[in-house]
Amino acid sequence: MGIEDILSYVFVFVLATFIGFEVIRRVSPLLHTPLMSLTNAISAISLVGALLVLGAEHDVLSMVLSGVAVTAASINVVSGFLITDRMLKMFKKREPGERGRSS
Amino acid sequence: MSTQEIIAQISYIVAAALFILSLKWLSAVPTARRGVVAGEVGMVIAIVGTLLLPEIVSYKWIVVTLLIGAAIGIPIAYLMPMTHVPQRTALSHSFGGLAVGLVGTAKYYLWHANEPERLTTFIMAVLCFEVLLGFLTFTGSLMAFGKLQEIIPTRPIVYRGQNVVNLSILAIAVAIGIYLTVSPQQIWLFPIFIALALAFGVMLILPIGGADMPTVIALLNSYAGISASAMGFVLENKLLVVAGALDGSSGFILSVIMCKAMNRSFTNVLFGAFGQVSPQALKAEERTVRSATPEEAADILLSASSVVIIPGYGMAVAQAQHKVRELFDQLTRRGIDVKFGIHPVAGRMPGHMNVLLAEADIPYDRLYEMEDINAELPHTDVALVIGANDVVNPAAKHDKNSPIYGMPIIEADRARTVMVIKRSMNPGFAGIENELYYMDKTLMLFGDAKAYLGELVKVIGQEK
Repeated sequence: MGIEDILSYVFVFVLATFIGFEVIRRVSPLLHTPLMSLTNAISAISLVGALLVLGAEHDVLSMVLSGVAVTAASINVVSGFLITDRMLKMFKKREPGERGRSS
Repeated sequence: MSTQEIIAQISYIVAAALFILSLKWLSAVPTARRGVVAGEVGMVIAIVGTLLLPEIVSYKWIVVTLLIGAAIGIPIAYLMPMTHVPQRTALSHSFGGLAVGLVGTAKYYLWHANEPERLTTFIMAVLCFEVLLGFLTFTGSLMAFGKLQEIIPTRPIVYRGQNVVNLSILAIAVAIGIYLTVSPQQIWLFPIFIALALAFGVMLILPIGGADMPTVIALLNSYAGISASAMGFVLENKLLVVAGALDGSSGFILSVIMCKAMNRSFTNVLFGAFGQVSPQALKAEERTVRSATPEEAADILLSASSVVIIPGYGMAVAQAQHKVRELFDQLTRRGIDVKFGIHPVAGRMPGHMNVLLAEADIPYDRLYEMEDINAELPHTDVALVIGANDVVNPAAKHDKNSPIYGMPIIEADRARTVMVIKRSMNPGFAGIENELYYMDKTLMLFGDAKAYLGELVKVIGQEK
C-alpha cells in the first residue's frame, strides 16, 4: 500500500463516518435497539474478508482461523437481519378509531 | 484489474450504497422494514461479488462454515425471547470482534510466511490495532453477555488497584503492538499480544455494573465497528471500511446519548465502578412510606383522566410487559389517556423498553421520550412507575451529594399522585436511596410487577 492508497482509504473512512453520524443522528430513540442489531448485521460484512482467506486455502492455520471467523460473522449476518425485522414487525400504530382492545 | 475484480468492486459500491440507504430508512418506523431489506440485498450482492473472485480456489469449507453459521443464527433469531435482546446484542458484538480478530491474525501469519514485504509499517500498525480491538471486543462482550445473562454477578467486581492493573495490561499490549509494527518478524510476540488483548477485554468489563450496560453495549458496538473498518484497511477493501465506519459511528452516537442520559463521561463509566453500595444507603432509613392495596390503586387509576407509565428494567425482569398492555387497554377503553415515559437508559440497552412494549402490542405513538413526557407530567393525574428507580429519583435534580446528581430524570414527582410498583424497599441497583418513595403523594405498591399488575387488572375488570 503506497501513500496514495493509504490516503484514499482514509478519505473513504472519514466520509463514511460523517455519513454515519448524519444518518444515525436522525434515527428515533424508539428504534435504538433495532438500529444496534441492524448496524451489527451490516458490520458483519467482515464476512467478506474471512471468505477470501478461507477460500484461498493457503494453509491449515489460516483455514481454521478464517473458518471460525466465517461462522461467527455469518451468525451475525443471519440473526442480525432476521431479529431486526422481527423487532420492527412489532412496532404498530393504533388503528384509527380503535380504543384499546378486548383482552 | 480482471473482469472478476471489477465485478466485485462494483458489487461493493452497490452494497455500500444500500447499507447507507438501509440506515437512512431505519430512521422512522414506516420505512424501517424497507431498511432491513436494503441491508440484506446489499449483503447478498457483496457476498456473491466476493465469491466470484479468482482467489477463491474452493467452495467446500465456505459452504460448510456458512451453513453452520446459518444453522446457529436462524434459531437464535426466531426462538430468542424479546427480553433477551440485550444478551443477544452483546453476544453478536462478541462474534463480530472475534471474526475481525481472527482474520487479522490469519493475515499476519500468512503474510509473515509468504509475503513478508507486505507487512509494511502502516499495515502492521493497522493490523495490530484491528487485532487488539477485535479480541478485546470479543472477551469484553462475552463478559457483558455473562453479566446480562447473570452467569457472572451483575454487580461491579472491584479490587484495589484495579485501574492500575487494567491500564498496565493495556499499556503492555500497546507497547508490544508498537514493537510488532516496527519489527513485524517478531512472530513469537503475536500470541502474547492476542492474550493481552483478550485479558484486557475481561478486566475492562469486570467492574461494570448492570445499570451501566446500555453505555457499555453501545461502546462495544462502536469498537466492533471500528475494528471492522481497520480490517478494511488491512485487506484493502473499501466496503469493509465503509460498513465498519457506519457501525462505529452508530455505536459512538448511542454511547454519547447514553452517557448524556446519565450525566457521566466515558472514563467515568469505564473506570468509575458505579453502583457500589454507598455507605449512606446502608444506614437503614427510618422514614415511613405509604403503601396501597390493588383495590386502592385501582380506584385511584380509575378516577384519573391521565396516566403516565414509567417502565424500567424491573418490568423486563418480571416479564410484566403483557400485563402492562392489559392495564393500558382497560384504562384506554375507559377514556383515560395513557402515555409511556421512556428514559434513554431504562433497561439494559438503548431502546430496550420500546422493544418490550412494542412486543406487548402497545402502539408506539404512545411511547414518549423523556423531554416530551416531562412537559406533560405536571398536568398528569397519576405517574405509575414500574420497576424503574434511579431514572425517577428527584435527588438527581437537587442533591449535590447524590451519586446521580445532574442526571436527567423523568420527573414523576411532579405528577399529582405517584404510584411505584416495587418488590421491597431495598435500594435499587445503584444502592441509592430514592426520596420519591417517601413523598406524601407517593403510594408504594409492593409486590412482583407481573403479579401486582395482574391483581390490578383483575380488580379493574370487575368494576363496571
